Order: sequence, then structure tokens, then C-alpha cells
Amino acid sequence: MAMFRLTSMLDRKLIRDLWRIKGQAVAIIFVIAAGISLLVMARGMMISLDETMVAYYERYRFADMYAPAKRAPDHILDEARALPGVNDVEGRISGGGLVTLPGVNAPISARVISFDPEARSPINGVHLAAGRMIEPTRSDEILLLESFANARELEPGDKLAITMNGVQHEFEIAGIVLAPEFIYALPPGEFTVDPGSFAVLWANEEAMEAAYDLDGAFNEIILTTSRGVNTQELIDSLDRLLAPYGAIGAFDREDQISNNYLTEELKQLDTMSRVMPPIFLAVSVFLLNIVITRLVQTEREQIGLIKAFGYSNRDVGLHYLKFVLAIAIAGAIVGWGGGIWLGRWMAGVYQNYYHFPFLVYSIEFNTFGIALVVSSLAAALGGYFAVRSAVELTPAVAMRPPAPPKYGGGNGVSRQISKLLDQPSRMIVRRLASQPVRAMLTAFGIGAAMGLSVMMRFNTNATDYMIDVSFNVVDRSDVLVTFAEPLSEKVALELASVDGITYVEPTRSSPVLFTHKRKDFLGGISGMPEDPVLSRAVDSDLQPVDVSGDGIVLSTQLADILNVSIGEKLHVEVRDGRRPTLEIPVVGTVEALLGTPAYMEMEALNRRLKEPNRVTGAYLKIDPIKRDAVYENLKAVPMIAGVSLRREAYENFQKMIDEGPGAFRNIMTIFSIIIAAGVVYNGARIAFIERQRDLASLRVLGFTKIETGYVLLGELGALAILALPIGSAIGFFLWSYLATALSTELYQIPVIYKEDGLGYAAIIVFVATAIAGAFVQRDVSKLDMATALKTRD
Amino acid sequence: MKVWPHKGYGVRTHTPAHKSASDAKSGAAFLTRGLSKVYGEGPAAVHALRGVDLEIPTGELVVLLGPSGSGKSTLLNILGGIDRASSGEAFFQGQELTAMNDRRLTEYRRHHVGFVFQFYNLMPSLTALENVDLVAEIAPDPMTSMEALEMVGLGPRASHFPSELSGGEQQRVAIARAIAKNPTVLFCDEPTGALDSKTGVGVLKALQDLNQGLGTTTLIITHAAATAAMADRVVHFADGQIREVVENDHKVSAEQISW
Repeated sequence: MAMFRLTSMLDRKLIRDLWRIKGQAVAIIFVIAAGISLLVMARGMMISLDETMVAYYERYRFADMYAPAKRAPDHILDEARALPGVNDVEGRISGGGLVTLPGVNAPISARVISFDPEARSPINGVHLAAGRMIEPTRSDEILLLESFANARELEPGDKLAITMNGVQHEFEIAGIVLAPEFIYALPPGEFTVDPGSFAVLWANEEAMEAAYDLDGAFNEIILTTSRGVNTQELIDSLDRLLAPYGAIGAFDREDQISNNYLTEELKQLDTMSRVMPPIFLAVSVFLLNIVITRLVQTEREQIGLIKAFGYSNRDVGLHYLKFVLAIAIAGAIVGWGGGIWLGRWMAGVYQNYYHFPFLVYSIEFNTFGIALVVSSLAAALGGYFAVRSAVELTPAVAMRPPAPPKYGGGNGVSRQISKLLDQPSRMIVRRLASQPVRAMLTAFGIGAAMGLSVMMRFNTNATDYMIDVSFNVVDRSDVLVTFAEPLSEKVALELASVDGITYVEPTRSSPVLFTHKRKDFLGGISGMPEDPVLSRAVDSDLQPVDVSGDGIVLSTQLADILNVSIGEKLHVEVRDGRRPTLEIPVVGTVEALLGTPAYMEMEALNRRLKEPNRVTGAYLKIDPIKRDAVYENLKAVPMIAGVSLRREAYENFQKMIDEGPGAFRNIMTIFSIIIAAGVVYNGARIAFIERQRDLASLRVLGFTKIETGYVLLGELGALAILALPIGSAIGFFLWSYLATALSTELYQIPVIYKEDGLGYAAIIVFVATAIAGAFVQRDVSKLDMATALKTRD
Repeated sequence: MKVWPHKGYGVRTHTPAHKSASDAKSGAAFLTRGLSKVYGEGPAAVHALRGVDLEIPTGELVVLLGPSGSGKSTLLNILGGIDRASSGEAFFQGQELTAMNDRRLTEYRRHHVGFVFQFYNLMPSLTALENVDLVAEIAPDPMTSMEALEMVGLGPRASHFPSELSGGEQQRVAIARAIAKNPTVLFCDEPTGALDSKTGVGVLKALQDLNQGLGTTTLIITHAAATAAMADRVVHFADGQIREVVENDHKVSAEQISW
């Protein structure tokens, strides 16, 4: 009971102390809140996306495995169903096409998939968002993917023309749908999404069979598996089963494009929730430490008095612990609320990329628990040393005022330097020199904030760099056309004769299964001319890769996966055409930015495939004035299965980056300003309180407010300058760590450093310093000279 | 001792319209009319000064005596330009201090006023010489800092930091700092308050020498009534008002004072 009475007196003191340092407390609360809100946001988003994904996959029976082929008879499905581990099987027809929209000249790539509207719960079902399902009897109706419909402002009832296998068909949109297979609707072979330039449509099987000439047959098996299935065995069995029917290679859910991107996104969120919050919390620990240390110093006499009255060390320790915990808990609550708000906002941003029919966004009380525990621990750590030194003092010692600040003679060098400075500047230099640890810690705190900005800026640079390299260095074409199957290279000549096409560069790519020792990888080989102009393979220094000769050049990522080195032979099972099995020597490796490519010289590839003079696509350069006419012509070329307009993709991708990650970066910038301003403001406030009397004396001696402020703010400025190299170093470190952590098989994040990243971060530090400085300058202006002079330190 | 030529620096201001003020110009360093200061408001208000009328002639050494809270420090702070009056007027060489804005008051302190405080108020991070330089750097016509230190007998201690000096030495550095700018007026608030009697006399001696040598108008607040013996004029305060002003025709040297 005594404990309660006693603490209630101290609690009143606690509330008043908090009120007295409210500015500093708020600054610390914001820093903690920034860290916690990132944690809550990232974890909340991660859990939300994960739960949404799982629920979505389950409800619409997202396939566990895919086995594409060229043409397989329907009875094969029964054999597939009998394979061990298979739960349910469906055969479907999936093909490329071109969409023609009224008023849109440009051809639009499309994927058309057969769909049975009468199936009760089909594998890879669709969620009807508007309109109705297609009628089983009508082969002129389709379902259309919502993201495309939205981007092109299409509604049920609208008409659509699709060119399949060179023949144009008229369809009417029956319904607008979402599908678990196309949460992230990336066209095959692309690295960026652009909702308006990739359509996914579902049509009656009957219509599809006719269009793709697959009567009584299918070209893709999708299946669900039972629990505990041996994935690799099943893939091998499916490949064997479909081998006579042009199997391209079965793959499981992990390699399904949409799912792959989504799971990578989840991994990135996880990485972010691990990397970012600790930085903010470490800074909070430091801030709480300097604030509490100062508070304990000013309250030495009170502590002595309280202890002289008979309060125990525990009571005193508990009192200050409560003080830091109050700040920590406030930070956790603000951060939690902010994190939920940010999470919802981010969820909205995510829906531009990842399309779900619903989003499970549950408020995670677990996250709040984590936030509370983490911030409390951080705060307790920050307060611990200061409080320990306070309770260790005997009452008699504590009640005596601490020794005045001592300034020694200094060595010869510092004296020489001093001579160059005026007196106020000397005061700044000597004060920094007399408390080097605190000065370094403050510089480190500011440096941490700068490091965050540097990291974010480098991240922006890397993204810009990747986009720039992808669209301006690697692929310099205007249009990429892909053919439904390998064609004679005469097609290239035909294309070149189209009015408005100024350059044609043929390309030959083949789906293959690479095997080396026990490792394998389902990928492809890109065959390119010996001296390509439009589509080039470049290494990480942007130098063109030499693919001449008979061997294969692998991206280092692929070489690592296959554990193969230059000079060794690679076993290659080709999955189209005559399906030969080849042994190709690895003649080089190249650091690729995107994906896991493998390159060969086109003629060498064709020779090995025994399919001379075959091409699978072409990169085109177009006269911009004749663009519309070229587009019209391309739509009429029967064998073109896909058209990719590079310039439009570039612009759309840039726009999406600005809206999503760009907005996130702005938040991070604000957060790093919060950290920097929090550190600087706390440092300055404490310096101000400690030196109130000196500053008042300067005012009395006839120094102006600005001149007096200089003594204080000059110190801040010096610390900010000191923070620049520290912040740069922290930024480099964080960025190289993050880039590695965020790199995936699909994206190799280039660890590039550009000076503008440092300059940008330095500006943020100075803006934050200026904001904090303005607050403290206000305190200087309000100094009461008459009373400050009467008090003794 | 070398006698420094007194030099007045014109504070750029309008000539006061008050007749009384222009009259006071002749000879008076300071003139106040009905000067009042109230701290706080309502029932909690404290009347620190209640209508003070005072004239201090140029070049005099004036001692202000009175119990704690009698208003002497408040008067000194207002005349020194570090506090503001609630009502009434105060003039320095005919210019109205009570009408000056913050910038003008700063300029006034910078160019004309020297301060000495009970707790010295030296910058701990600067040496004795640098503490004097601090003021000399911003004054328009200062003496050299070394000269100022030598005048208070601290030449040999010039390179010491405050923490390396005794209380009396620190106070003498403060005096050197106050006089280095060649001030027109010198304000001393309890300059010997933190010192023992013997050291205190040394400090008073220094102030007296400066007053006589440089002709600097000097106002000293003290609790030690004996100090009054060295003044030209003694102002007795009680309850925020001047009880009496005594002109001292038999000034004694500081060495003869003890308390």
C-alpha cells in the first residue's frame, strides 16, 4: 500500500516532468511512431496480402501445377488424373491473340483461355465482378479481365474483336472478372505490368477449339495436387506423359508468374519490416537516453532528497522507468494507428498492381503487442544507464551540485586552430570537443536519418536505372512482335517491306529445360543476330555481350542456379520444334539486370535445333509518322501472336512507379526528416537548457538574438556537417544490404551509388536541422535575461 | 593609472519631445519619471517598482541599497536594457530607453553598457582573455583585452579558463570584460555577493579606480551597507520606492571599507 501512495506523489511529478519537456517528448514519440508504423504497415500488409491470397486461391481453386503442351488429345486427361498425388485435373486451351478496339490503332496482346461456364467449381475459377457468365451455347461471348476492362473503359455488352491464329473473331463481353491466375497480370516475356496493354479473356471451349484448331484436344493441363505430393516426381511424370504431344515443361505454382511476383512482394515486405523499424528504434533509444540523462542530471538534488526521505532505489528507478515507458507507449500507440492508416493506404496502392476481388485487412493486435514490447524495450534500454547512475548515488552526494563543466588548456594544435576563430565559434568548437561522445552520438543519430534518405534515394536511382537500361539500352525497339510458332526468316523480309517499318531485327527463342548434374531449370534460350542493334544482351557495365560462336552465354544468376562454370557442357532439352536434346558448352557468363537469361547466336542455335533460318519474333523500329498504318498492317499479319509496344510500356511503367513506390518513398522521406529533426531538436533543446545562462549572458553583453542563436545553432550545424560522412556511410551500408535482400530471381537490384543520392539526403538533413533550429531559435528569442542571470547553475 | 578619454556613442533615436527629458540632458546619465514594474497579473501581481523618479549625473559612482525585493535590481535591469518597465519613462543621455525596441536595446547594451553580476557569468569554455575578447570583438571602440585584464590586475592569468580561477579572480575578469568596450555606464548587481570580505574589497577597489580613472558612470547594488561610504550618491530603496537619496561629500577609498 505504501508503494501506491508513494508512487502517486512521484506520478504527479512524472506528469509535470513530461509536460515540461513536451516538445522533446513529442519529437521522440514521432521517431518511435515512425518505426512502429513501418513495422505495423509492413507486417499488416504482409499478413493481409498473404491471407487474402490464401483465401482467394482456395475459393477459386488456384491450380497447383501447369503442364503446357502443343496439342494433346482429351483422353490423356484420364491418364494424368491417375498419376500419384493428383487430386483433380482439367484440360484447357490457352492461346495468344491480338485485341482490336474501336478507336485504338495499336494492337493489344491478349491471352485467351477456354472456360466451361457450367463447371460447378472449376480449377482456376474466375470471380464475376460485373455482368454475367458466358452462355454455354454461345461461342461469341467472352469474360474479360477487370484490370484491362477498367484501363480501356469496357463494360458488359461492349463488342471486342480478337485475332486468333490470324483470323479475326467478334465477341461480346458478357462479364468482367478477376482471376487468381492473373492477380499480377504480366504478359509472358515482359517484366512490367501495364493493365491497358494486356488483355485476358475467357471464351467457350467450342470457340477456342475452332480458333486454335484443337478439336478434341487441349494444350494445357492444370491440376490440383493432394497434400504431401512429391512435386518434382509429378512434374517429371507429366513431362513424360505429354512428351509425345509437344510438352513444353510442367511447372508448379511457385513458377506461375502472378504467384511468383506476389510471393516475392511478400518477401520484400518481410525484409522491410525487419530492416527499417530497428533503425528508427535505435535512434529512439539514443534520444531517450540523452533526454533521460539530462533530466537525471538536473534532478540529482531532488533524487538525493527523495532518497533522503527514505524512498528506495527501486522507487526512484521505477519513477524514471515509467517516464520512458510513457513516451514509448505513446509512440507505440501513435505508430500503431499510423501504421494501420498507412497500411490501408498502401493496400490501395497495391491494388493498382495486384488485383484481388476482396482484401482481408484485419487489424492485427499481435502487431500491436509486438510494437508495444519492442518500443518499451527500446525505451527501457535508453533510460537504463541514466537511471542506474541516478540511483547509484548516495543521497548526500546526489544533493551536492555536480562539478561545473571543465575546459582544459587544450593542446597546441587546437590552440592554433582557435586563433582563426572568433570567440563564439571557439565556444562551439570547445563545447563539442569537451563532450565528444555526446557529439558523436548526436552526429550518428542525424547520420542514421540521412542514411535512410540515402538508401531510399539509391533505391530510386536503381529503379530508374533498371527502367532506363531495360528500355533504352537492352531493348531499343519500338515494337516487339512474337509469332505463334517458328517461321521462316522470310517473314522478316516481309515485315521490312511494310511501309513505315524502318528496321527489322529477327529473334529466335526456344523454351528449354537446362540440366547440369542434379540441378535443372526451366527457362529459355534467346537467339540473336551476331551484331544486334535493337535488342542487345548487355552485362552489368552495359557493355554488349559477345554471343558469337557455337556456345551459350548464361546470366550469372542462371549459372549459379545450375552450378555450372565456363568450359563445362550444359544438358539442354528443347521443348519445341523437333525437341532435340543438346549438349552445349558454356562460353561465357554475364551479370544480367532482369531475369535469368541465356543467350546464343541465332544461327548457331538454329543449327543445333536443326531448324535453319527460323525466327520466333522480331524487334521493329517504326517511323513515328506512319505508326498507325503500321499497327493496322501488323494486325493483319496472320502469324503474329503478340505485339508489345515498348514506348507505351515504358511510359506506363514510369507512371506506375511514381504512383506506388514513388508515394512510398515520399513517406520514407518524411520519416527521415522526422528522425533528423527529432535528433537535432532534442540535442538543441538540451544544449539550450544547459546553456540558458550563458546565452542570456551573451544577450546582456549586447549580442543580438541571431548572434546568440549562432552559438547554439552553429553547434547544430557543425554536428549536421559531421553527420554527412556518417550518414553517407550508413546509407551505403543499408543500401547494399537492402539491395541484396530485395534482389530476386526476377529482379537483380543493381547496387549502384550516385552522388545525387548523397546530395539529396544532405538537403534533407539540413532541412530537418533548419526546422529544429527554428524551434530552438524561438527559445533563444524568448530568453528572459533578468531571471537567467540571477540563478546559479 | 592611464585615464581613458570618455567617449559617448550616440544612440540613433529621435529627440524626446518631453521638456523634462531635454532638461535632463544636461549632465544627467539617467533620468526616470514614474517608473513602475509589475510582475504577473490580478491578485498575484507583484509590484517591484512603484513610480520611481530618479536622476543620476554623469560620471558618478552610485550605490543602491535596500532589502531583498525592494526593487533595486529591477531598476538596474530596466536602466541596463535587459528588462522592460510596465509604465513610466526612463532616459539615457536624453534618449528614451522605455520606447526602444529589442534591436535598439541590444545596440544600446552593446555600445554603452557594461555589466558585472553576482555569479560572474563568464563563458566556461573561453579563457579569461577570450571572455574579454568576446565583448571587445563586437564593440565599436574597445581597448585591447589585455589592457582591460591588466587594469584589474589579471594580466598574468589571461590564458586561464574560469574553472581554473578563484571567485575573486573570476569577478575581476567579469569587470575587465565589462570595461573593455569603454562603456558609458557600468552596472554591478551584487558584485561582491559571492565573495569573502577581503576579496570583495579588492573588487570594489577595481570598480572605484575605473570610475575615477575613466569617468564611467557606475551603479552598484549591494547588501553591504558599508559600501555606501565609497559612493558619490546613495539611493535607499524600500518596497519598490526610493526612500531617500543621500549625496556623500566624504567619499572614502575602497580599502577603508570592511563588512
